[in-house]
Amino acid sequence: MKTIKILGTGCPKCKTTIANAEEAVKQLGADAQIIKVEDIQEIMQYDILSTPALVIDEEVKVKGRVPTVEEIKNLLQLAEQV
Amino acid sequence: MFDWIQHLATWVVYDVLGLAQGSRWAGALDFFIYDTLKIILLLFIVTFLMGIVNAYFPIERIRLFLSGKKLFGAEYLMAATFGAVTPFCSCSSVPLFIGFVKGGIPLGVTFSFLITSPLVNEIAIAMFIGMFGWKSTVVYVGSGILLGTLGGMVLGRLKLEHLLSDWVQALLHAAQGEVGESASGPSFRERLPKISAEAFGIVKSVLIYVVVGIGIGALMHGFVPTDFFETYIHKNNPWAVPIAVLLGVPMYSNAAGVLPVVQVLVQKGVPMGTAIAFMMAVVGLSLPEATLLKKVMTFKLIGIFFGIVTFFIILSGYLFNALL
Repeated sequence: MKTIKILGTGCPKCKTTIANAEEAVKQLGADAQIIKVEDIQEIMQYDILSTPALVIDEEVKVKGRVPTVEEIKNLLQLAEQV
Repeated sequence: MFDWIQHLATWVVYDVLGLAQGSRWAGALDFFIYDTLKIILLLFIVTFLMGIVNAYFPIERIRLFLSGKKLFGAEYLMAATFGAVTPFCSCSSVPLFIGFVKGGIPLGVTFSFLITSPLVNEIAIAMFIGMFGWKSTVVYVGSGILLGTLGGMVLGRLKLEHLLSDWVQALLHAAQGEVGESASGPSFRERLPKISAEAFGIVKSVLIYVVVGIGIGALMHGFVPTDFFETYIHKNNPWAVPIAVLLGVPMYSNAAGVLPVVQVLVQKGVPMGTAIAFMMAVVGLSLPEATLLKKVMTFKLIGIFFGIVTFFIILSGYLFNALL
């Protein structure tokens, strides 16, 4: 199972990212769990400078912008192959 | 440069809709159509250009650059300039702050970046060009950068590290400038569609504020008599700038919402500097930002930070009034 983490302090962009991730998982029917990380100390462990960020299996894939549903689907499929 | 948009707006209002010349509604509508089209066009151009800049100078590279330099004060100016050209929503200010501190960048330099970043942004620049012209835009961007530079220098001098939250202080001591740069991304040609898509996204997300802001502006333009504010806010009233700034600090709106109103204030007789200082106070400092910063610093430090920035905004308001 994949673990998707969305890092962000709760701004509108972070909420869009969460919605996009949920949609991507639904469309793929992927076996993935989406976790919202809002605690700043936890966010900073990923060494990012701008939010929102998308993390798949503890690896930062996207930071500082909102990824589209298509983009998240691609990232998930790429992660699946490894 | 924008004449064709004005012709278009005039044609729509007086020829297509057949409104009478000189009526208040027609004047307001003409102004609304012209302003909205012009601002949307400029917004797209400027966000697109900023997107290109950002693709080549990602924030990680800026951090690497700043952490490696001791430039006898020029690092403050650079941090402020970077702050002006990088687009960030206010919710990124805390991760940025921590990331900079972790990268071994001095607190004062970090503050320079943090002050200018919300104060000068691509949306405000686009709207400024459209509403007040190039000269005012240059003075606005320049004073925003100057403000960040000076503010950061003063805050750096004060040695405020002990006023950060405990966990941030721990990071500060552990910081050895351990920063890496991510591998270079795709080529410019591959990036272009993404950059334009993002520019579209940004314009789309502020569009509603722009339209509502210009709508309010247009109504005021048509119905509030010229020199209305002049009667209340005298050019020679020495307290006008500080009062406008103190009113603006607790308020929060993005540049897109507040600028159309500022434009009308200026047209109706409020001095430019006073209006700009008000705008900077609204977009640069706010209660939501203070709440976010509370996670990384004590109330005392937030107070000092806000106090110094407020002071410099007031100063730049007077400067603006003198220059324009």
